[in-house]
Amino acid sequence: MNHMLTLLQSVTPVPRDIPLPLPLPEWLLVVLLVISFLAHILFVNLMLGGSLLTLWAQVKGLKDKAYDTLAYEIAKTITVNKSLAVVLGVAPLLSINVLYTVYFYSANALTGLMWISIIPLVTAAFLLTYLHKYAWHKLEEHKGLHIAILGLAVLIFLFIPLIFLTNINLMLFPEKWGTVKGFVSALALPNVFPRYLHFLCASLAITGLFLFWYFGRRRYAFETRFETISLYHIRKRMYSLTLGASLFQFVLGPLVLITLPSKGIQWNLIVVILSGAAAALPAMYWMWQGISGKPEDIGKNFGKVITAMSLTVLLMASGRHVYRSNALAPHKKLMAEKTKAFEKLSAEARAQPAPEENATAAAKDIPHAAGKAVFQTNCASCHKKDGRLVGPPVTEMVSIYHNDLPGLEAWIRKPGKKREDYPQMPGFPQLSGQEMTALTGYILSVK
Amino acid sequence: MDFPMFHLDWLNDRFLIAVIAIVHVFINHGLAVGFIPYIAWLEQKGVRMAGAADITDPEWDHLIYRKMKVAFIITTTLGAMTGVGIWFSAGLISPSSIGSLIRVFYFAWFVEWLTFVTEVVLIMIYFLTWKQSNHSLKAKIRHIRFGWFLSIFSWITMCIIVSILGFMMDPGNWNNDHSLISGFTNPIYLPQLFFRTPTAMVLGGVFGMLLTTLFASRNSKWRETALKDGARWMLCWAPVSLAAAIIYYKAMPEAMRENLSTAVGTMEFAQYYDLLRYIIPGAVSLVVVLGVWTWLRPRSVRMWMVLVPCIAAFGFLGIFERVREFIRKPYVIGGYMYSNLLRKEDYPLYKRNGLLTYATYATAGKVTPENKLSTGQDVFMLSCSRCHTTNGINSIVYVFERLYGVGKPLDENSVAAYIPNMHQGRTYMPPFPGNTEELHALAAYIKHLQVTGESLEGAQSAGVMVNPDNNMHNTQPLADTAQSK
Ligand code: HEC
Ligand code: HEC
Repeated sequence: MNHMLTLLQSVTPVPRDIPLPLPLPEWLLVVLLVISFLAHILFVNLMLGGSLLTLWAQVKGLKDKAYDTLAYEIAKTITVNKSLAVVLGVAPLLSINVLYTVYFYSANALTGLMWISIIPLVTAAFLLTYLHKYAWHKLEEHKGLHIAILGLAVLIFLFIPLIFLTNINLMLFPEKWGTVKGFVSALALPNVFPRYLHFLCASLAITGLFLFWYFGRRRYAFETRFETISLYHIRKRMYSLTLGASLFQFVLGPLVLITLPSKGIQWNLIVVILSGAAAALPAMYWMWQGISGKPEDIGKNFGKVITAMSLTVLLMASGRHVYRSNALAPHKKLMAEKTKAFEKLSAEARAQPAPEENATAAAKDIPHAAGKAVFQTNCASCHKKDGRLVGPPVTEMVSIYHNDLPGLEAWIRKPGKKREDYPQMPGFPQLSGQEMTALTGYILSVK
Repeated sequence: MDFPMFHLDWLNDRFLIAVIAIVHVFINHGLAVGFIPYIAWLEQKGVRMAGAADITDPEWDHLIYRKMKVAFIITTTLGAMTGVGIWFSAGLISPSSIGSLIRVFYFAWFVEWLTFVTEVVLIMIYFLTWKQSNHSLKAKIRHIRFGWFLSIFSWITMCIIVSILGFMMDPGNWNNDHSLISGFTNPIYLPQLFFRTPTAMVLGGVFGMLLTTLFASRNSKWRETALKDGARWMLCWAPVSLAAAIIYYKAMPEAMRENLSTAVGTMEFAQYYDLLRYIIPGAVSLVVVLGVWTWLRPRSVRMWMVLVPCIAAFGFLGIFERVREFIRKPYVIGGYMYSNLLRKEDYPLYKRNGLLTYATYATAGKVTPENKLSTGQDVFMLSCSRCHTTNGINSIVYVFERLYGVGKPLDENSVAAYIPNMHQGRTYMPPFPGNTEELHALAAYIKHLQVTGESLEGAQSAGVMVNPDNNMHNTQPLADTAQSK
């Protein structure tokens, strides 16, 4: 307990957790989270990387028509990948919601406006990508405008991951929650930008591999679409992209690790991350062989490259999770203790409610006590003895109804509308007959 | 309580969820559930109308394809994103309730998600393979069959969502059995489903007609036929929708009674409920008039003539959604958690020891004469801010002024006298959770708001104050008191 206290500074909030059991064993939820997140992020990578490459190819296409065709072909994949990215995002969202309820929602709320802006921003970016795709032939003569449409979509696509990363980062640091004021200040926490660059690079690397496969598929009639450039040329470019991006990750990766706050860094994390990096090495070697070897052999080791890279991605995603669970373990424990203590207090209070609730029972002997109690709970917010509160004073009621008990009861059950400048009184059909008798008895006794 | 409170002081928090959810329902009903069968039907018609040598009539087919394209683009952008937006906004505004619901319904939502994924994949296949399928009759017929299959699938997805909604409105069951079955046996489940189905069909039809007026020019070959088909579709479903609306309308107060133990006594509900009496015949007859008119004189139909009933029909659904929301107040989870995100079972503790004592985020854990305003603000944030703003929509100053006279200075004592009993007369509000000192701090804060016109920033801009009396170093004492008692 003591070392935990020193780990967390005194301003750290320790909220209570949702006091309901997890729907599945925790390890299973973790597996679901990691796997479903991978599926989601894969398509996010393809959507982002695809739109960046489309932009690049289309600009290049201004001079060389073949690249314009390439841009069109890549653009067709974006709109499909983006739909998959969204639907596949719901499962990890659900899982992180159950596993890290307090952490995730707290981070969301603290960056709330930007967080909810994801919805209109992504919608806008999606609409722009459709516009870009379906207006391709109409805007043939207005390439500048056409490229600008895509450019805007790309800018939005580049910004969205920053919002997600800021949240995912903020949720790891409850000790910072008290100091954060809005999105920008959360963005400024260390580690957001290195992680962001790490992610961008991964997007390019993965998109390179995807397009390598996509253009080389047997069912894809490459030659009928492209006249001046060869499949080999494109595939070589895609391998080079993936290789270059992977090399760069060897610079960014350590940077991410260094800027991570030390609280979650333990041996298990280092082992997982290093294994992930190691798995990428043979893949990079095979890609290099493909690029520098004979044209017809370029696709030879593709299956092996994919296997090794998948392993890397899986290990990196697990590393992410290991850091998260290391970093939050002490805080989670405090939270569990607090939740338990609170549940116990709450149960006790339920067993012995506050004294005032019994007061009415105690005062049985005073005349009209029961009726007065009914009046206090139901009517006192709007009526007092003398003078107007919300409704007229009790003395006025007495003057109207002293000879008309049924009229009074009828009004209480279903009030009409009499006085111009008063609001509508709500009805009380839920009062039992006994309560009603006591209530009216009390009202008419007021002098 | 345990979450930083996101708060929109100008818009009102509930409004954000409502807007996103209603847009989503519009798209789901009007452009998926009700639209795809309409499109599949018309696509099939094209094949039937084609000459013996053709697979389909190319011009007709292209018109239907363009309609589907609009639905495809909207459902996969705004439709999908508002679906995710419901999660996002609920997580921001109602974290404790959505967090609790997910724990219990994780599995149901997982299944729901699987159907959602399937639906999106199917829509993509249906739309993106449309042109390819025009190459052979066999492929075209398969494509049409696929359209019908997709229609059934969207409808099933809707059935599941309605059940989840139904569950969240049904009280007792939460405490007894945490199972989704009770969503299906909820008294308004069937009336709701029965209402939504034909209404979605009507919406799909009106929307489709609107697109016809846009895509088929006045002298094009198929404009009249397409308009008349739209009219037939609508005239076929509108009477069913009317009958279903009446049944649903009648079933609603029943559900209210079951849920609230008190009667349908609230003003606001009564207002909306009354409104329905005009909206139902109004919207339906507009649609019918349009249908009959188009049937008789298709040539004279203009875009604006379709636009008006189209808006009316969507408004019709919108009002129903609004009324449905009432059935849930004052609970977010019937019988378990109030709309202010506090659990019913914790009320005795809060009332005895104070709400702020256990708040994670507050300026202090105890009210003192010096901190009365800041703690009053904390109490407001925790117990009223989910439904009231300080000076915006449904502002707390406005609702009190409406009681005690607009523009008149509020009397702190009257305010304090009103609050502990407010849930009796105004059953859509949860009871006040705090102790007496907190009550007076809240009253002082409300009075202060009236005088200064101050606004209240949520955690998204102002950040949070970690309650110094209930965190970190105090965890241990809290645990101790639990043991010593
Ligand atoms: C939300 C505020 C509110 C509550 C709670 C409330 N009333 Fe009223 N009451 C009013 C208002 C406002 C009027 C004046 C209505 C009018 O004249 O149209 C009124 C008027 C009356 C009248 C006068 C009727 C007449 O014929 O002029 C009686 C009697 C009355 N209330 C009894 C009760 C009783 C008994 C209760 C508790 C069971 C109660 N009220 C609760 C607001 C309230
Ligand atoms: C479940 C949401 C909800 C919560 C939580 C809530 N209110 Fe309300 N309140 C409403 C609604 C809805 C109205 C009706 C507004 C209208 O009629 O236009 C209302 C009306 C009122 C009124 C006017 C009642 C009348 O008779 O016209 C007062 C006063 C009020 N609220 C005070 C409070 C206070 C104080 C709190 C916090 C302790 C609070 N409310 C919490 C939803 C809520």
